[in-house]
Amino acid sequence: MHTATEGTAPTGLSVATDSAPGFAAHTAPVDPLVIDGVALGSRLIMGTGGAPSLDGLGAALQASGTELTTVAMRRYSPETGSSLFELLEDLGIRVLPNTAGCFTARDAVLTAELAREALGTDWVKLEVIADEETLLPDAVELLDATEQLVRRGFKVFAYTNDDPVLALRLEQVGAAAVMPLGAPIGTGLGVLNPHNIELIVSRASVPVVLDAGIGTASDAALAMELGCDAVLLATAVTRAQDPVRMAAAFRHAVAAGRLARGAGRIPKREHAQASSPMAGLAGAAG
Amino acid sequence: MKVRINGRPAVLDDGATLRDAVALTIGRELDDAGNPRDGRRLGVAVAVDADVVPRSNWGRTAVVDGTDIEILTAVQGG
Repeated sequence: MHTATEGTAPTGLSVATDSAPGFAAHTAPVDPLVIDGVALGSRLIMGTGGAPSLDGLGAALQASGTELTTVAMRRYSPETGSSLFELLEDLGIRVLPNTAGCFTARDAVLTAELAREALGTDWVKLEVIADEETLLPDAVELLDATEQLVRRGFKVFAYTNDDPVLALRLEQVGAAAVMPLGAPIGTGLGVLNPHNIELIVSRASVPVVLDAGIGTASDAALAMELGCDAVLLATAVTRAQDPVRMAAAFRHAVAAGRLARGAGRIPKREHAQASSPMAGLAGAAG
Repeated sequence: MKVRINGRPAVLDDGATLRDAVALTIGRELDDAGNPRDGRRLGVAVAVDADVVPRSNWGRTAVVDGTDIEILTAVQGG
């Protein structure tokens, strides 16, 4: 043991520094994400997929600081009952049901309706995939399903390709948020096309959530630095060797990325630029 | 009568309603509005022949022989 806290992941979202007392920006929490009039204190949306146990999942969700989490809708089984729903109720985390496994707009609409009835929310993470090999969104079905669900009163969080044109189209048909992938689901490859993500962000007037492909904390920080409003991830935490510690890492990474985006980074330069004065060097002539 | 619940054969009393089918499946008592008597939220939804039946209608929706009932809940997913 190096320190008394080793083995316990830090869970506090404190971006304060002791070195700058009185500087409010250092102690202020990250600004909330507002979607459909609801303010979420965390810009990390952690999915529940991939966790080997419900206890471990609960601990990771808490360590992540998330206030919104995804679930899938499946047949009720007597063995597990509604234990996940009860866990999330106990933790006070808002539920974002997904339409995972749907290949058509028709299936996605039915799944969303079932989720609204079961969970009492009209928020839905709309996922309409093209095939099981790539799990990539089917743009045609996705756009159709978004239109249908918006008409039915849903707040659609559209999981989409990193396609700036499609992102705008989804917004135009009423998506509450667009969620471009960083990389295919479960790959952990990070943000493969940062340029497209920046382009999507620069033209969007609804929140942009980087969804899928995140592998580690720096991927999430990058997404936020590119201007995304939030990051959604699941297996990067739930399948990490230490999910609770990784959840805490993401909590800090998302906050750090948000702060860095707001702080305004220095421009990249071709050549070195000294930050120490050259004048007054010991032994210099003059 | 014989029905299917989540793809499995099940037997319900004649005159049973959807509410009876749900209560039997999840092992909780439901009131007239379809809410559990244990005071917690239910967290399940029902589809019959690919149409969602709102909870408030369960008590007055008669089940007939051969009905295909799907009862869904939230599971882990990203």
